[in-house]
Amino acid sequence: MALKGLDIFKLTPKKNCKECGSPTCMAFSMKVASGAVPIEKCPYMSADALATLSEATAPLMKTITVGAGATEHKLGGETVLFRHEKTLVNRNLYAVTLCSCMSADEIDAKIEEIKKVDYERIGEREYVEFLYLDYAGNGADAYVALVNKAMAAERALVLNCADADVAKAALDACKAAKPILNGANKGNLDAMNAAATAAGVTLGVTGADISEIYDNIKALEGKGNKNLIIDCTGADAKQTFANAVMVRRGNLKDQDRSLGYPSIVNLAKIAEGDLHMQTALAAAFTLRYGSIIVMENMTYAEALALYGLRQNIFTDPQKPMKVEPGIYALNGADENSVCSLTVDFALTYFLVSGEYERSKCPVNLLITDASGMSVLTAWAAGKFSAGTIKKFFDENDIENKIKSRTLIIPGKVAVMKGEIEAKLPGWNVVVGPMEAVQLVKFIKDYTA
Amino acid sequence: MAFTPKKQAFTAKINAVTLGTGDKSIVIGGENVLPFYTFDAPIENKPKIAVEISDKGLAGIVSPGLLAFYAGCETVVDMAKKAETMEGASAICLHFESADPNGDNTSVADCVALAKAVADAVTMPILVMGCKNIEKDAELFSAISDALQGRNILVLSAREENYKTVGASAGLAYNQKVGAESAVDINLAKQLNVLLSQLEYLSSTLDRVKAAALAQNDAQLQMPIVTPISPETWGVKESMSPEEESPEWGPLDERGIEMEVCTASACLVGGSEMVIMRHPAAVATIAKFIDSLM
Ligand code: B12
Ligand code: SF4
Repeated sequence: MALKGLDIFKLTPKKNCKECGSPTCMAFSMKVASGAVPIEKCPYMSADALATLSEATAPLMKTITVGAGATEHKLGGETVLFRHEKTLVNRNLYAVTLCSCMSADEIDAKIEEIKKVDYERIGEREYVEFLYLDYAGNGADAYVALVNKAMAAERALVLNCADADVAKAALDACKAAKPILNGANKGNLDAMNAAATAAGVTLGVTGADISEIYDNIKALEGKGNKNLIIDCTGADAKQTFANAVMVRRGNLKDQDRSLGYPSIVNLAKIAEGDLHMQTALAAAFTLRYGSIIVMENMTYAEALALYGLRQNIFTDPQKPMKVEPGIYALNGADENSVCSLTVDFALTYFLVSGEYERSKCPVNLLITDASGMSVLTAWAAGKFSAGTIKKFFDENDIENKIKSRTLIIPGKVAVMKGEIEAKLPGWNVVVGPMEAVQLVKFIKDYTA
Repeated sequence: MAFTPKKQAFTAKINAVTLGTGDKSIVIGGENVLPFYTFDAPIENKPKIAVEISDKGLAGIVSPGLLAFYAGCETVVDMAKKAETMEGASAICLHFESADPNGDNTSVADCVALAKAVADAVTMPILVMGCKNIEKDAELFSAISDALQGRNILVLSAREENYKTVGASAGLAYNQKVGAESAVDINLAKQLNVLLSQLEYLSSTLDRVKAAALAQNDAQLQMPIVTPISPETWGVKESMSPEEESPEWGPLDERGIEMEVCTASACLVGGSEMVIMRHPAAVATIAKFIDSLM
């Protein structure tokens, strides 16, 4: 956390030589504390003092980078407990389990299943980012075989293996891909730490309860390892939830840096075999502090719900979610179908397109660039006007692409009807209803 | 150096509200910690689930699981009785969809008759959800509240425009509970509407409402929150698109269940004391989810 001027002063050489541009070391320290000048302005700070300072001014929660190349991901780095306080930074990621107890065919089949869920939603790729490889105690050969298959799947890896020797063999096969080695506990701490640090990978650490987890982190930090992730999985859902909240809150609210690491929650363990329950828990941990959420499966049905939720939680509240402007042909619309106008604010788009889809009537939905604002906000800001609409029509060559000359506009901007008609001669501008929920009836009646 | 987590129980509390009467009555609210933060202080009343049934019966329902669950039910009253047996259910929410003047426009008298018949057939607390038409809902809530006096029902919901009328009749004259609805905006929010695509707004709003209610002791926001999940989640494309249209998405029922489960869970963790749901598999899962965190 922010250091006080006096704390910084204690670290200066107290020469008052003015080389930093400040009259005294004390004055300089006050400026550094307020963020007005960087500490490097003083050429005489000792290396130790600089290290102490950078430690003290570093963010409370570390950002850990795992994976390599196309599978690289950032975890952690959060600064607030709740989205409305500022914004959440690194979205949580989902993992699906594979086990060394599975046959080669079973592994191949499951990887194929996992790969099927891979699509785009509002500019984001939605897929299972991690494979979580459980070691079943059946020897290094079986585990390395699993690791090799998983490597070919182009996903980041978590090696869930508490046997340090087997972990070493697995890391030899995959350390270049920067997997996470999970499974450090009270009994194997030194050996696991050695394996992870030798391979240069992030180490996952756990414990029987929150205080044992804490002791294990402290022990690892004592050995100089701060490339960690905390496995918050407890005996059941309740303990896991408590661990995840206490770790994050202890870090960001109570400012304990030893809790400032991302987390893993293993739902395949605490809700084994119950996929619906895993969805319920995954949603809960998407809101409350699961950095990597481990599940037995990720079906399309689960993905549509969970990735939608995640995208909503991890967008910056100050930057609205936008969809691409353009012509969206709904319900098999063609050049003769009526046109309907709206803005590129994602929420508006989902509401309007959802209702139109429900109506089953073919409609060309024209999404204009309104800087991601709602209809009235954009209108009030001048981003949704007869002028911007005319520009959109020209840029997208609507005149030639579409033969219909009917344009339905949102009821909330009925005042624009005349101006639009003036800018788009030949078009029949129809004022639609105020709210999207009224669209089904409106469009059915209109096209009937 | 052992770790002693700091506790965060508040002196302020969410109001405890009782719904229904007799053995089956339930209490929601009453806690002084954030949702499921039992490690800070015990939570006396766990969140509850109300099962939504439409006054249109099974008309328009495409979910095979729902149709199977209510198989053999000939009337809405039969459905209500069956809904009471749903694992995890604590209340019945009767949704008067057909009262909408822009739809079937079922008369207030017919709605009241149905509400009475259902009330006579079930013992669980009853929630009555309107059709969103401001004038019609005001009339409907007042008439049903009168007819069901003594049952301590919850009507959903009064809006800015009809709060006075509904509050005066249903709440004061007939002594029922009134839920207030607002757009998802913390300045108005008392009971919130949910829509998955609005979850970003919703979840931030829920978090803020709870923070204001507990940490800042804002009495206006200390009422329990009831969130209608099913009317929204079963209306989105993900739960409605037929299998022929997007075969890769898999079975329709599964999509609807997952959407309902995911949204309910997120709302409960955000701060809903009660969720309104539809599908037996989703209700059973959320009941288990609540129990597992209490
Ligand atoms: C959130 C919000 C903001 C956010 C913007 C978030 C965003 N991405 O848009 C912020 C804080 C940035 C903002 C800013 C401003 N806002 Co503002 N804002 C709102 C608020 C509270 C909600 C808007 C919203 O998200 N609505 C939800 C979306 C889904 O609604 P929608 O896009 O209208 O879509 C619905 C319908 O229009 C319809 N629909 C949509 N498309 C179509 C298409 C057809 C064919 C049909 C038939 C129907 C239809 O369906 C949808 C659902 O029913 C409203 C108040 C309110 N409660 O409405 C004020 C409001 C829109 N803002 C307003 C104003 C004045 C502003 C500012 C100019 C304030 C200022 N002085 O700076 C700025 C302008 C922005 C700028 N200069 O950068 C005014 C506009 C007044 C007016 N009538 O002109 C409002 C109404 C508030 C008020 N009462 O004063 N705002
Ligand atoms: S340069 Fe360093 S030593 Fe010199 S006055 Fe500034 S802070 Fe003090």
